[in-house]
Amino acid sequence: MGVGIEVRGLRAWFGASEALHGISVEMRPNTVTAIIGPSGCGKSTFVRCLNRMHETIPGARVEGEVRIGSTDVYGNGTPAVEVRRRVGMVFQKPNPFPTMTIYDNVAAGLKLNGFRNRRELDETVERSLHMAALWDEVKDGLKKQSGASLSGGQQQRLCIARALAVQPEVLLMDEPASALDPISTAKIEDLIYQLKERFTVVIVTHNMQQAARVAEWTGFFLMGDLIEFDKTQKIFTTPGDKRTEDYITGRFG
Amino acid sequence: MSVSLACELNTQKRPELHLADPQPNVSKLEVVASTTPEPAPQMRRPHASTAPDKIFKYLTVTAALSVVAVVLLIVFELVWHSRLAISKFGFGFFAGSDWDPVSGEFGALPFIYGTLVSSLIALIIAVPLGIGVAIFINEMCPRRLRTLLSFTVELLAAIPSVIYGLWGIFVLVPFLRVHVDPLLKANLGWTGLFTGPIYGIGMLAAGVILSIMVVPFISSITREVMLTVPQNQREGVLALGATQWEMIRTGILRNARVGITGGIILGLGRALGETMAVTMVIGNRPEIAKSLFAPGYTMASMIANEFSEATSQLYLSAIVEIGLALFLLTLVVNGLARLLVWMTTRGSPSRVYG
Repeated sequence: MGVGIEVRGLRAWFGASEALHGISVEMRPNTVTAIIGPSGCGKSTFVRCLNRMHETIPGARVEGEVRIGSTDVYGNGTPAVEVRRRVGMVFQKPNPFPTMTIYDNVAAGLKLNGFRNRRELDETVERSLHMAALWDEVKDGLKKQSGASLSGGQQQRLCIARALAVQPEVLLMDEPASALDPISTAKIEDLIYQLKERFTVVIVTHNMQQAARVAEWTGFFLMGDLIEFDKTQKIFTTPGDKRTEDYITGRFG
Repeated sequence: MSVSLACELNTQKRPELHLADPQPNVSKLEVVASTTPEPAPQMRRPHASTAPDKIFKYLTVTAALSVVAVVLLIVFELVWHSRLAISKFGFGFFAGSDWDPVSGEFGALPFIYGTLVSSLIALIIAVPLGIGVAIFINEMCPRRLRTLLSFTVELLAAIPSVIYGLWGIFVLVPFLRVHVDPLLKANLGWTGLFTGPIYGIGMLAAGVILSIMVVPFISSITREVMLTVPQNQREGVLALGATQWEMIRTGILRNARVGITGGIILGLGRALGETMAVTMVIGNRPEIAKSLFAPGYTMASMIANEFSEATSQLYLSAIVEIGLALFLLTLVVNGLARLLVWMTTRGSPSRVYG
């Protein structure tokens, strides 16, 4: 089951330059939230702060509070490793592990977390590939084919399956379809729609139609500030802020 | 008329122009081109004479081919001068373990054994050390220390091998004899690898010296191939909840393993051919002993030691044949290593989409 996300006063830096100027927002369990905004507005930085990936960049630093379910993400006793296990992430460019088979790609996270039971692994891999709508396409080459031998769209769904296999509570997707063709994009979007039954999904996207199609909630970022956060329908029909309106009507960005 | 006059003027002034010209990008090509009757100065380039280019091309082709010619000549000379031993002993040369110049018995096995075993010891020590150094410098080292450390490690490769030999004789060998060998004998004597009298000098000392000489090769190649692993592979592993070590193991080392193997084999190539330092600490006795404390002999050190003493034609020919074997061995090993490194750094066979 998904859990809620609560962000309070989140600020993030790359070295001396501040990329997020105090973001506060609340996302409900089992919803899909789209994060939109022009390039460089801090969308990716924002989601990377939710699973503590931001701090893996040299010189990067975070302030503020993030709660995912009952976990205080930046709390003193919370290890980053634990946060990342509970908050899955899918990246812009598909990044399957090229030296592993399809099976091992999906099982990688489980093995890292100490799963060794053959049968349990088999079941989880199959279930995750089903959830990522990839099972039928790869079931024959599961333990023979390399993860890198798949097409781009399949690779991205493999990465989704890999993220789902560790049974996270939240799934972050950083422009998951921007490197894919329209058919693969449609498949991923269908998938996101189904995934919200089990997970809370946050998706960064450049594509406003995509946001409108998959998300119930939308946040608009501009130059490191969250300008507006509301129901997707409201954002796209009657935005409360002039800048949001300008952006979605294509006047800048 | 005025045009040709301008050209003549230009031609007369040429040497002066060339010398006094402050612009470095006005090349000799242009000066030469100015002698041809082209009216507009900016049109000179496209119609410039191709003669200097051709000369330059032939010069470089000659230079490149001469390298190939040198290699082929070396092979030819080695084969030619070892013909006596080749025809007398045949392949039995590489299986025979007697090396007795007085009675004319020549078998290469002790030297092949010594070369392989000392290199193997070197790799056993240098591989974990070199990869560890590479991981630390690339992934964990504070930025300020990184340059200094990598510079120092690579400096190890620049030390002349005779200096390693001296250091081996005066520092390493006594240290092994007093502190390390007795410990090995007491604890691992049952393996049979650490038995017999302890001289300090011997196979183990040679392996340890070689390992130090090989570390910079392994670590710098490992660092290079680690850097070619895309950032998204690291992030992919981290996002699954991996610790830093798990990320390095699964995200980096696993992806770079072909190139790292190349680096190891390159180190092996260096260890196989190393002469001076090994000669000074291995003990130089053509024997095959199980104990690593016993003195041994390598192909390279035998050639260096005995070449000047070879009195008979057959003796000399046998030495050259060992040189031929060593040459071919290192050629194959190095070729393989370069191929593996090239595969990861250039035309990576396992590319990720996008």
